[in-house]
Amino acid sequence: MASIVFDNVLVDFPIYNSNTRSLKNKLIQVATGGQLGSDKHGRVVVRALENISFQLKDGDRVGLLGHNGAGKSTLLRLLGGVYEPTFGKSTIIGKIGSLIDISLGIDPETTGRDNIYIRGALLGLTRSQVKFKIDEIIDFSELGDFVDMPLRTYSTGMHMRLAFSVSTIIRPEILLMDEWLSVGDESFQHKVENRLNDLVSAAKILVIASHSKELLLKTCNRLIWLEHGRIKMDGTPETISSAYFGH
Amino acid sequence: MCLKSLQISYTDISNSLKQFHLAALLGWQDVRQRYRRSVLGPFWLTVSMGVMIGTIGIVFGQIFQSPMQDFLPFLSIGLVLWNFISNTITEGCVGFISSEAIIKQLPIPLFIHILRLIWRNIIIMTHNIVIFPIVLIIYHKEISWIPLISIPGFFLLLLNLIWMVLFLSVLCSRYRDLPQIVTSLLLIMFYLTPIMWMPSLLPQQNTNVKLLILNPFFHLMEIVKAPLLGNLPSILNWKVSILLGVFGWLVTMFMYGHYKRRIAYWL
Repeated sequence: MASIVFDNVLVDFPIYNSNTRSLKNKLIQVATGGQLGSDKHGRVVVRALENISFQLKDGDRVGLLGHNGAGKSTLLRLLGGVYEPTFGKSTIIGKIGSLIDISLGIDPETTGRDNIYIRGALLGLTRSQVKFKIDEIIDFSELGDFVDMPLRTYSTGMHMRLAFSVSTIIRPEILLMDEWLSVGDESFQHKVENRLNDLVSAAKILVIASHSKELLLKTCNRLIWLEHGRIKMDGTPETISSAYFGH
Repeated sequence: MCLKSLQISYTDISNSLKQFHLAALLGWQDVRQRYRRSVLGPFWLTVSMGVMIGTIGIVFGQIFQSPMQDFLPFLSIGLVLWNFISNTITEGCVGFISSEAIIKQLPIPLFIHILRLIWRNIIIMTHNIVIFPIVLIIYHKEISWIPLISIPGFFLLLLNLIWMVLFLSVLCSRYRDLPQIVTSLLLIMFYLTPIMWMPSLLPQQNTNVKLLILNPFFHLMEIVKAPLLGNLPSILNWKVSILLGVFGWLVTMFMYGHYKRRIAYWL
């Protein structure tokens, strides 16, 4: 069983500019009794999320809506366990998988095959697990003999096909996505759709950030609308999308 | 509160050790990436290290008028070890900073990034260490069982290095001018530690003895270096190294546990 509980979560990003970040100023600050700072820690903060409370359980397909800077990416990173709340409490139970940056860790100088092992290891797979799946991955990517060539010889499309093929072999309980993925040409995109649908239906909880009304209505059973780091509305796709998109 | 910090550090470190294969793969990849498409590959390190040892050996051997068959083995193992220590610490300062992309995207234990850079530097050192037996063979040094003591010595050195790197990588993520300070301190330590000069050449004075005894790097290097040169490290060397390790790890565990959640925000 997977579950996510956010209780009054707040996220502040400290902004350390070159002035406040140096040790020199910290020492001066100690010596002068903290007068140089703008607040009690002497730093500027950007409040990215505030008063975020919600509960997710098995079967939830949640869409995150909101304008740029509303806090969607920050919320996804909190869900992914990358950030911990500055205040408040987040409890995440279940194996998390993210399809946010599928090219992360890929080394252009190395062959496609070696990159599959690297990317697989970053996703938490052991060498033998990757070995077991590698034929399936290569087959899916349709790279053929190119898999033993360095990645810098690949076209952008081939690069993405490889990244996608490895990144989607995991079956996480909690799946995080930032927009639906679109990879390769039309025929490949068809396979991508199928693979993603498999992944989504295997996941117990899905959280996807998107600007596409069509996608959100199709995949989600709950939408959360973020504005200026707060939850503006939280409810069924129909009500929220008509409020957000205006029709 | 303190216990909770310890708990957080312990969980992160033990989870990282369970995924050691990931750290090893990334570390190995770093070395390969650096020397890709070159014929000698990582052995370029060995060549350049060999040339450096040869040059310093000739110049300083003359200046100090030390017999070459003693000075060159001493210099080569000292330089290889110091190179390992100083590179590990310098890279340790940017341990988390250089892994920013991964840290901000994937929830893998943070200590993995430390293991990765330690592993990378061990690989590089094993390429360099090849020079030492060659020097020994050239000067017909006798082989005994004493060099085996350097194995536990090396592990103790490694344990000490790991806490130093972890400690610095946390601190340097927050205070970005610290890496510069550490680099200059390391350069000073290089001259203070007997690497290019043999301690036997120091005039026997109280201040000179203190110069060695108060230098933690002297003790840490001695437990690896002395056995390889056929001497036994002193009890003091072992005591200082063990105490430094215990104390350092304790402080680092508290500190790491306390600040771990902030690291992603500092990057």
